Amino acid sequence: MLVRAHLSIFLQQVLNGLVLGSVYGLVALGYTMVYGILGLINFAHGEVVMVGALCALSAMTALQGSGLPGFAVVLLALLLAVLACMALGLAIERIAYRPLRRAPRLAPLITAIGISILLQNLAMILWGRQYHSFPPLLPVHTLHFGGASISTVQLAIILVSGALMAGLLLLVHLSSLGRAMRATAENPQVAGLMGVNVDRIIAVTFAIGSGLAAVAGVLVSANYSVAHYYMGFLLGLKAFTAAVLGGIGNLAGAMVGGVLLGLIESIGAGYLGDLTDGFLGSNYQDVFAFLVLIIVLVLRPRGLLGERVAERA
Amino acid sequence: MSLLRVEGLKVSYGGIRAVKGIDFYVGRGEMVALIGANGAGKTTTLKAICGLLRPVAGTVTYEGRPITGAPSYGLVEQGLALVPEGRGVFARLTVAENLLMGAYLRKDRAAVALDLEHVYGLLPRLRERRRQLAGTLSGGEQQMLAIGRALMSRPRLLLLDEPSMGLAPLLVKKIFETVSGILRQGVTVLLVEQNARLALEASSRAYVMEGGLITLQGASADLLSSEQVRTAYLGE
Repeated sequence: MLVRAHLSIFLQQVLNGLVLGSVYGLVALGYTMVYGILGLINFAHGEVVMVGALCALSAMTALQGSGLPGFAVVLLALLLAVLACMALGLAIERIAYRPLRRAPRLAPLITAIGISILLQNLAMILWGRQYHSFPPLLPVHTLHFGGASISTVQLAIILVSGALMAGLLLLVHLSSLGRAMRATAENPQVAGLMGVNVDRIIAVTFAIGSGLAAVAGVLVSANYSVAHYYMGFLLGLKAFTAAVLGGIGNLAGAMVGGVLLGLIESIGAGYLGDLTDGFLGSNYQDVFAFLVLIIVLVLRPRGLLGERVAERA
Repeated sequence: MSLLRVEGLKVSYGGIRAVKGIDFYVGRGEMVALIGANGAGKTTTLKAICGLLRPVAGTVTYEGRPITGAPSYGLVEQGLALVPEGRGVFARLTVAENLLMGAYLRKDRAAVALDLEHVYGLLPRLRERRRQLAGTLSGGEQQMLAIGRALMSRPRLLLLDEPSMGLAPLLVKKIFETVSGILRQGVTVLLVEQNARLALEASSRAYVMEGGLITLQGASADLLSSEQVRTAYLGE
């Protein structure tokens, strides 16, 4: 009996970890795609997640009384958030990174932080400092199995994230656009000789990453039913950790890193109280992400799936 | 009418004036060699033609149109392809993907598939290795791949930068045979080479570069027998 209770608690932590990890994975993809192609960390990426969530929130609030069915409102809000974030991603690239393409590496890092602060403050002005709760537009059910439970929202998070990740992998590995993206990541000059408009490929990369970030923002806000102007900071930092854990620049790595980090956090937080004899509680969950970041950077800086510096003939 | 004409070209590279005002042309259907020692400005010249470097002065005319300083990604559509120094294959793409990158802008899928077969026929080694990552190929195979990739764009002018670099003599011979075959199919070739003898034997006309200037020019056969070239470049 006791064993079964333990098992179901463990199963619950794994489910929670998968939900959390899917979101980290979606956001981590944005970091890793941009790093892969430009070699820079887009530290404003977390803020794009936040903008996505808040845009969706505003759209939902505006559409709520329109008489449209809840499902349509959610989809429409999601679509608007994705489009808004794609536009934002393109603007960030154009304003903060493209002019600095040939500058020392520190320069775009500083503009990234600048954009991040700017977006946080703009969001604070536009949406206020308070926590916004997502309107309950869809009926939420809870499914039980094996003593653990998962809500339909959480299930949707895992499924949507999984589908988007699979779609991205297919795009990058099987389409002509994806081939051009990989070629540009490896050698932009030679890609240009093949007729690839490198600026356009970089813009597309930002647009895709930002679109994924918007979905992640909506998903995470739907899960916790809350959004606010500061939510992108910690989420972005953790997703960055996930990207580093998986091997920055590697798409599959970002997904694996995201899910792994979600599991570590969730399971770690679930048992932290027991492990420390009640000294530390599950509110110390955030510690794990940064513990992982430090351990990876010390022991395996190229991450789990990261390659050694690629051979260039 | 010449296919490519370069007039008064001056290019700086890394703060140094690497090309100091040169004139040359490449006629339709011929192979022209640009030879000279390491650092003479040959690669810089090619890079300026392809839009990888912006010339300080001078003009580049291709098929009668000025292309001076045009971005490199627009040139392949006009039938100009460069096989860069050091091959520049995409190491993390497969051989087949590298070849398809050469046809990136082409929309005629059926014709691209035919050309792929044609390249595999010309360079059978690439067919055997088509699923392998290009980074795992030997130097000679990578050079073949780079040439095959350039052919996939159906170029009218092929610019080859040091195709013999770092390769064993037997492989170099094979590469030059391949290039001669390409020439016979009607593709114009501008060949940049340090290996002067090979370049002069393969080409019909040649220019000798020294210190960023063209110091000698003429029919390749004449240059091969010229005293000046023999002592300076053929080690005789």
